[in-house]
Amino acid sequence: MFDDFLSITIKYLPRLMTGAVSTIKITAIGVSLGFGIGLAVGFVRAYRVPVADRILRTYIDIIRGTPLLVQVFFIFFGLPNFVGRPIPPLTAGIAAIAINSGAYFGEIIRGAVQSVHRGQIEAARSIGLSWFKAMRHVIWPQAFLMALPSLGNQFIISLKDTSLLAVISVEELTRNGQIIIAATFRAFQIWLLVAIIYLIMTGAAAYILGRMESRLSRYVYR
Amino acid sequence: MNNKIIIELRNIHKSFGELHVLKGIDLSVREGEVLAIIGPSGCGKSTLLRCINLLERPEQGQVIFDGKNLLEKGIDINHIRARLGIVFQSYNLFPHKNVLDNITLGLQEVLGMSREEAVALAKEQLARVGLADKLNAWPSQLSGGQQQRVAIARALAMTPRAILLDEVTSALDPETIGEVLAVMKALAKEGMTMIVVTHEMGFAREVADRVVFMDQGMILEEGPPERVFENPTHQRTRDFISKIL
Repeated sequence: MFDDFLSITIKYLPRLMTGAVSTIKITAIGVSLGFGIGLAVGFVRAYRVPVADRILRTYIDIIRGTPLLVQVFFIFFGLPNFVGRPIPPLTAGIAAIAINSGAYFGEIIRGAVQSVHRGQIEAARSIGLSWFKAMRHVIWPQAFLMALPSLGNQFIISLKDTSLLAVISVEELTRNGQIIIAATFRAFQIWLLVAIIYLIMTGAAAYILGRMESRLSRYVYR
Repeated sequence: MNNKIIIELRNIHKSFGELHVLKGIDLSVREGEVLAIIGPSGCGKSTLLRCINLLERPEQGQVIFDGKNLLEKGIDINHIRARLGIVFQSYNLFPHKNVLDNITLGLQEVLGMSREEAVALAKEQLARVGLADKLNAWPSQLSGGQQQRVAIARALAMTPRAILLDEVTSALDPETIGEVLAVMKALAKEGMTMIVVTHEMGFAREVADRVVFMDQGMILEEGPPERVFENPTHQRTRDFISKIL
């Protein structure tokens, strides 16, 4: 079973790497959009902006309460019925990752913003900073540091979640693995390779996040 | 003291839900005056102080600063706050910024100073509170007294017209209270207008031009410290002072 592992690796690694690059791109775009959504959701909910708070709570309930796979199917197969034209798989996939991670980022950011001591906003406002500047210079840097481990966790979850997009034929890492196996029947070797590539990506992400955390937390207990 | 009135409160009412905390406060402060507000905990003295820079918004009444009613529409409260420094019991330094940047933030973002101007002024203010050597320290590396002096420097750097001090020594270790009181005394001597909510009766007696005694959301008594401390007219004031002295 292992005798031809090396030759298979050499032969199919390029195709798997193309998939991995695509996985990284989808994650980067999807998570960035999701983070933007999460920022808005988190601050609106932390400060209980009337009406918007209720709407966003419903959004979070829906996303958290349904499987990502169903969300992907809904956007890719369901929405076209509604908008009257097909949605390309990649667009649907990125949208699903963004909308899904946005809800989780939103809850993480809300919690972190709420956990910054009340005295901080008071001190910031009392030297004359506007609400927005107080958020930007005082509240957000502290909330971000507190949220970083959970944000990183969600980033890694979303990276792995992109594998679900294989079902709508987005050619990311998992899908490329499937395609190669369909042609070669080398399931063991290929899935092992796919798993290793995911591990390398998530490991790198975890390492970078850890570095960020220790660099940013230099002011805590020195 | 015949300087002009800089802060005037008229009929201030403030409630938190069912709790009526301030029940019609009238108070005025003249330029250069040091006013001490004393009273039992829960009497509303901190809330009153926080109403002056609108950290709490009174439901009723007028807060007049430099001739303008701050509760009127169209007032740029951010600019007013920059000129009305407040120092809190719990310091509230920004933990993610070093000492220097705690002070320069407001100078650059509110007063629009350049980095160089802001740094120069911040250094000057730190020297004023005796912490010129702590420029690059993180707040977490400082003692309570040092943090509070940085907080005072942060408020002073904005060149406020008056400064509000909310029980600034209450969270401090006994041995560091003195260094903060010394800074406050020096400020009073320089002619800074100060409204001081305090439990430090020694300070109130020695430094204040006028003492206000509050109880249950009302001002019961006010006057020069000698009179309020030695010859209070109200039984409540007498009880409070006998308990605390």
